[in-house]
Amino acid sequence: MSQAATSIAATDAYVRDILRAAVAQAQETKLDRRTFFKVAGLAGAGLVLAFHVGEQNVAIANGTGVFAPNAFLRISPDGTILIYSKAPEIGQGIKTAFPLIIAEELDADWAHVRVEQAPINPAVYGRQSAGGSRSIPTAWDQLRKAGASARAMLVAAAAKEWNVPASECRTADSVVYHDASKRKLTYGELANKAAALPVPDEKTLRLKERKDYKLLGKRFTGVDNYAIVTGQAAFGIDHVVPNMRYAAFEKCPKAGGTVVEANLDEIKKLPGVIDAFVVPGTGKASEVRAGVAIIANSTWAAFSAKRALKVKWDETNASQDSWTRAVEQARELAKQAGAETLKEAGDYDNALANGKVIEGFYTYPFVAHAPLEPQNCTAWYHDGRIELWAPTQTPEAGLNAVANVLGLSPEKVTVHQLRVGGGFGRRLINDFMCEAAVIAKQAGVPIKLVWTREDDMQHDFFRVGGFHAFKGAVDKSGKLVAWGDHFITFTADGERPTSGGELRPDEFPAQLVPNVRVTQTKLPLKIPTGPWRAPGSCALAFAIQSFLHECAVAANRDHLEFLLEVMGEPRWLQPGNEFALNTGRAAAVIKLAAEKAGWGKPLPKGRGLGLAFHFSHAGHFAHVAEVSVDANRKLTVHKVTVAGDIGPIINLSGAENQVEGSVIDGFSTAMGLEIGIENGRITNTNFDRYPLLRMPNAPQVEVHFIQSDFPPTGVGEPALPPVAPAICNAIYNAIGYRVRTLPLTKEGFTI
Amino acid sequence: MQLTINGKLHEIEGVDGTTPLLWVLRDHLGLVGTKYGCGIAQCGACTVHLNGTPVRSCSLPVSAAVGQEITTIEGLAAPDGTLHALQKAWIEHDVAQCGYCQAGQIMSAAALLKQKPNPTDADIDAAMAGNLCRCGTYLRIRKAIHAAARELNQGATS
Repeated sequence: MSQAATSIAATDAYVRDILRAAVAQAQETKLDRRTFFKVAGLAGAGLVLAFHVGEQNVAIANGTGVFAPNAFLRISPDGTILIYSKAPEIGQGIKTAFPLIIAEELDADWAHVRVEQAPINPAVYGRQSAGGSRSIPTAWDQLRKAGASARAMLVAAAAKEWNVPASECRTADSVVYHDASKRKLTYGELANKAAALPVPDEKTLRLKERKDYKLLGKRFTGVDNYAIVTGQAAFGIDHVVPNMRYAAFEKCPKAGGTVVEANLDEIKKLPGVIDAFVVPGTGKASEVRAGVAIIANSTWAAFSAKRALKVKWDETNASQDSWTRAVEQARELAKQAGAETLKEAGDYDNALANGKVIEGFYTYPFVAHAPLEPQNCTAWYHDGRIELWAPTQTPEAGLNAVANVLGLSPEKVTVHQLRVGGGFGRRLINDFMCEAAVIAKQAGVPIKLVWTREDDMQHDFFRVGGFHAFKGAVDKSGKLVAWGDHFITFTADGERPTSGGELRPDEFPAQLVPNVRVTQTKLPLKIPTGPWRAPGSCALAFAIQSFLHECAVAANRDHLEFLLEVMGEPRWLQPGNEFALNTGRAAAVIKLAAEKAGWGKPLPKGRGLGLAFHFSHAGHFAHVAEVSVDANRKLTVHKVTVAGDIGPIINLSGAENQVEGSVIDGFSTAMGLEIGIENGRITNTNFDRYPLLRMPNAPQVEVHFIQSDFPPTGVGEPALPPVAPAICNAIYNAIGYRVRTLPLTKEGFTI
Repeated sequence: MQLTINGKLHEIEGVDGTTPLLWVLRDHLGLVGTKYGCGIAQCGACTVHLNGTPVRSCSLPVSAAVGQEITTIEGLAAPDGTLHALQKAWIEHDVAQCGYCQAGQIMSAAALLKQKPNPTDADIDAAMAGNLCRCGTYLRIRKAIHAAARELNQGATS
């Protein structure tokens, strides 16, 4: 076993001990209203606090009324401060952000703090996932209170030791001081003594004010950086189990196709091949699609044999989807409103009749997630149990899916969370885990299933494409008075929009315009779709924020001023919901982005600034792009200036990195990415036909945060949606050409 | 078949000469720092050095590496564990997000600095254009390469 794997196993064992003690204690004492409790019975462990991190509604596990801890803070006698965290690390930096929050309230020396990945155990941990930029907001209060509780106990222990009032003690850098008597004790020295004291009532805790933060809001480097740069990081694909074999899996190129027969006898004779067999599949893309599995002595032998496969597919019920056909249908449908009304407000027809009407038909394509680490999973089925090592965003869901597919009870399934080489929403769905489970069961030996890049690109849960036929109006004073959108999306079941293809009736700016008509039409689709970084918003922002700019141009107004007028008075659009759009926060980031980018500055011909705002995942973001376009539509994005308000910043370096990455991802996708679908097949195969942005074309990114006292949100997603419309609005301001179809290569642009 | 990897001689058995070096490193030798991303030399995640030159190990038959000096990310630091200036710069500039591409990025950058100790932005862009980063850490990669170049040059002149 590799060093990393051994260390994970050791951590698992240690945490399981803590878990066992914590759960036993919780059940014994029915601590159902307590947020924190000490874990006792671990000799010499120091101070171990157990608590729950996550959504309120799962805080009480399994309806038993028993408090379910899913995070642990341990202060060892040697001074090490360890947090066991349940959230998968997918590149969003959670493994660094979580301990920073605790360390701040604990007044810890950051150098003493470590974080370990907690094992996957839904019976104990409840929901375990990384998605929706929800890890930070759901953990914020609990992590802060955990740090504050431990700090209070350490102070109490020191005060008792010195026989002085706790109020005379202060803390800094993992030390308690009594200044009057010039005495001090380190947290390590106090750990066992603090463990003997009661956990303070949560109501007595006083959390820090933002102005007193020593760590939060500053820049910290990632806790796994050393492992990454030395090639040690144990990604899913790196995992090795003794006696492991290698598996490849060929699925029908058309979603929903099944296997009639394959040249299995020929394949089994190929060098390095151990076995080959048909996997009938479960009929669900999110579990196991039908295909042929190959077991071999090496990845290369498996991949080579896969290329030699000849499979006869039954495509009777398979996808016949065609993007070209969908575009034609949408263009026809766009001529009138959709049959389904999502929102009707004011007198839309009257507003159109009395105003200046603006129309625009917008199109965005299907795109792939294309994480650089292809889907993979290692699985070992033995003695009626299965063990899996997976790079997943939703280990708990994966565990349950595997149990369901194999017909095992969840206790018979063990999942080990490994580092994820890029999520972007793809690994919220655990088809690769289910496939590995089914293949391992039949193979009878541990197997590592690795998808080829071609598999990864063709069997994705794609970001769905869509169409918007907008019709808005401005009045004589140039005010936006009518907003109409016929949204044309797709449906898999004939009822609900396919995953990622929903439009909320109150999507911006429908709540801010007096006369509104939003309708919908759904085209049938068999190809599976799913959440893609900032689901919904990642596509909607391009259409909505571009068309808003069209309205500003038609009204002969400055875009900045027009957008601020749409926002109106500062207020929450859903009173009482601090995760809803706040027009005041929106206006502030719009103004800041414009100011920092030099909005209104004189620019040479062919050069332009473009503005776009979007609210998603509780984050308010405004971007200004500066672009040049030459006579041949060669596009250069010089710089994107970003202003965001996501509440207080945890790790400034991590937050800036997420924003920089979001801008590059947003530009990359808008520029040249499109999944082609014809006759049910995906026409892209590999990166040569899916041109992700490369370094020479990366724009400069300048990031500004408005640090506020609103609850924090994650920043893996909300900085992405405004990128495409900011660039397209800049193109309009540079050359007067309105981009209404993505990717930009479709409109003749190159980089 | 014998391969010299990170200064050590390895005897490889039961591997066909057409097998890409990548899979010999990963599956046969357990050197998993070198990553599989595309298999067609498009993403650069599998970059290693062959006699100091960056190559895409996913597309290099292992037979072509016999008798050559192969360096992987595991062999970039000094034998005493002192990190390469690029590795230090990568840590200090907090380059990585998911981290999957970074071994390949660092190997491409290391080959660049050997050739051009004072690379311009254009030199960096040209040398690094073959390495994809899906998380979009290009700006930090560029900064880290400049920082490492400065450190190496200071070391050379002092």
